[in-house]
Amino acid sequence: MIKKKTIIAVLALAGALFAGPAFAQEEEAGGHGAVHIDKQSWTFAGIFGTYDEHQLQRGFQVFREVCANCHGARLMAFRNLSEPGGPGFSEEQVKALAAEYQIADDTVDGGMRPGIPADRWPSPFASDQEARDANGGAIPPDFSVLAKARGVTDAFPFWAFNYFTGYQEGGVDYIRALLVGYHDEPPEGFELPAGRFYNDYFPGHAISMAPPLFDGAVDYVEAEGEAAVPETVDQYARDVSAFMMWMAEPHLVSRKETGFRVLLFLVVFAGLMWATKTRIWKGIEH
Amino acid sequence: MSEHSTYKPANGVEKWIDDRLPIIRFSKEHLMDFPTPKNLNYWWTFGAILAMCLGIQIVTGIILAMHYTPNVAMAFDSVEHIRRNVNGGRVIQAVHAVGASMFFAAVYIHIFRGLYFGSYKAPREILWIIGVFIFILMMATAFMGYVLPWGQMSFWGATVITNIFSAIPIVGDPILQLLRGGFAVDNPTLNRFFSLHYLLPFVIAALVVLHIWALHVPGNNNPIGVEVKSSRDTVPFHPYYTMKDAFAMVVFLIPFAWFVFFAPDILGHPDNYIQANSQVTPTHIVPEWYLLPFYTILRAIDFNVLFIDSKLGGVIAMGGALLILLVLPWLDRSPVRSGNFRPMFRWFYWLFVLNFIVLTYLGAQPAEGIYVLVAKFCVAYYFLYFIVILPVLSRIEVPKPLPASISESVLGKAHA
Repeated sequence: MIKKKTIIAVLALAGALFAGPAFAQEEEAGGHGAVHIDKQSWTFAGIFGTYDEHQLQRGFQVFREVCANCHGARLMAFRNLSEPGGPGFSEEQVKALAAEYQIADDTVDGGMRPGIPADRWPSPFASDQEARDANGGAIPPDFSVLAKARGVTDAFPFWAFNYFTGYQEGGVDYIRALLVGYHDEPPEGFELPAGRFYNDYFPGHAISMAPPLFDGAVDYVEAEGEAAVPETVDQYARDVSAFMMWMAEPHLVSRKETGFRVLLFLVVFAGLMWATKTRIWKGIEH
Repeated sequence: MSEHSTYKPANGVEKWIDDRLPIIRFSKEHLMDFPTPKNLNYWWTFGAILAMCLGIQIVTGIILAMHYTPNVAMAFDSVEHIRRNVNGGRVIQAVHAVGASMFFAAVYIHIFRGLYFGSYKAPREILWIIGVFIFILMMATAFMGYVLPWGQMSFWGATVITNIFSAIPIVGDPILQLLRGGFAVDNPTLNRFFSLHYLLPFVIAALVVLHIWALHVPGNNNPIGVEVKSSRDTVPFHPYYTMKDAFAMVVFLIPFAWFVFFAPDILGHPDNYIQANSQVTPTHIVPEWYLLPFYTILRAIDFNVLFIDSKLGGVIAMGGALLILLVLPWLDRSPVRSGNFRPMFRWFYWLFVLNFIVLTYLGAQPAEGIYVLVAKFCVAYYFLYFIVILPVLSRIEVPKPLPASISESVLGKAHA
């Protein structure tokens, strides 16, 4: 028989187990945490969360028409776009899309050829230095895993709950906030260096990227029988953030699906093991 | 412990093997018939859980090494390649990364169980000392493993931690360069860390064998700390403890799987998703959570003592915090093992646990303001516990009366 004391001890221990790593987390926003960032509701958040196909398609459109002019995504292959759990393009669409791009290839005449689905997303600049020269000295970061390379800081004790809710949307919350956080004029008394832009959420507030989005910048195609999606900065920011999360974590849906099967198995298996253990120990005073 | 064995070769083949290499006899004696106190609680299952953790890390690690590229230009992308393109790669990689944290969570529980129940006391000193070496090797292995993905925290963690060695007088700089394979953390560092990260787990496995050997000479300690008096106090390891340990392992895998499948990145640092860049220093350089208590001790010494400057002082304190565990059996002279029968010890023990959690917390905080002061108090208590409190307690404390035997204890409990 498990005694009350043991149960309490196990609960306390579980608390300590989760709290221990949690301490490491608190300062982890890497300086992004100075300003409060509102958490958004994302379709892919929580244990049941999955990507919204339409949102990913819209986000891809924003990425392709706006962001990809300066930002690369070197780990994303065209074929990823037709994989299950993603934006849900068909293989033909992806083939056609890839063919629109020229890929650097030393083994073909002229060094360039049209893309195929197996190719990675081509970088807008040939080298870091070229990127720097074209962007006032700042390198536009690669998008491949950027959504996981940013975070937000929760105040004590709220970060501890993240271990139980599995909150991992800090990166997209930050990116969305950044995209809507521009001001035309810096607040009074703020010295904005030349070539920089004022942003509420960027560490130090002076960001090299000009406001990339404006209302109506991207034309969303209206789906039949569905309400039109607003063509606003806020909506673009949301959609492209979601797309970046998918880019960083393209297998999120299958990962969670597997997780449910594994956890279900473990819980049932643990129950059977408990029953067997109790049966074996029956009659032994211990 | 051959006297406990009931092994009789079942047939001619077994007899033939038994006369030449008695491996079946050995397994039966040590894995099945081994007499084990019947009053072990669930804190004692963490030994088996740790063996499982080591196995998981080695198996997943070997597979990861098949796809990983230890080169500064390719390491970061090769880890992402594993997560994106290798069949089952994202699960294997997540199990390995989360597994490190689970391994440490289990080892801390295992160590604190030993501290509470006096498992380090005679005749188990060597068992304990081997355990301390395993713990130190685990930290070295985990640290080098964290460098391999070549993210920002990998690079800057490696820079900060290897830099510790430069504090040692005279030989410090040569050691530093030997570790890094140059003047700064770069490709040679990554290569040697990869090599050592592959080697050390097998050294740990060998030490685990010695650890279990040293355990099987005196046998298990137990929650009342009274040695086994007769065979009535024990049950054979199999099926009683194989079953209990197996149950505990499955339960342990539940939070493990939770992290792997629902929060694989929550134990890591977002900055490690940025490829290492020697030109950009992260705002805060934070080691993994399981190294934080010792990181706090390292940073807490920010003052010079005589000819020892603060940097060397920090290194001495951090090294001392680990090495002092080696002499613990001779610091705590109380003849009573179990904290259950030591009314004063218990208070100081739980304060020590709390103190250790606070040390962990402080390691993740910037070294400024109130944190610096609290860290100093916590470090002081860490050492006082071992150097002053335990030796004094063993002289002045009046322990509660001990049960005559394990059997008496469990029968008393059953009738109470």
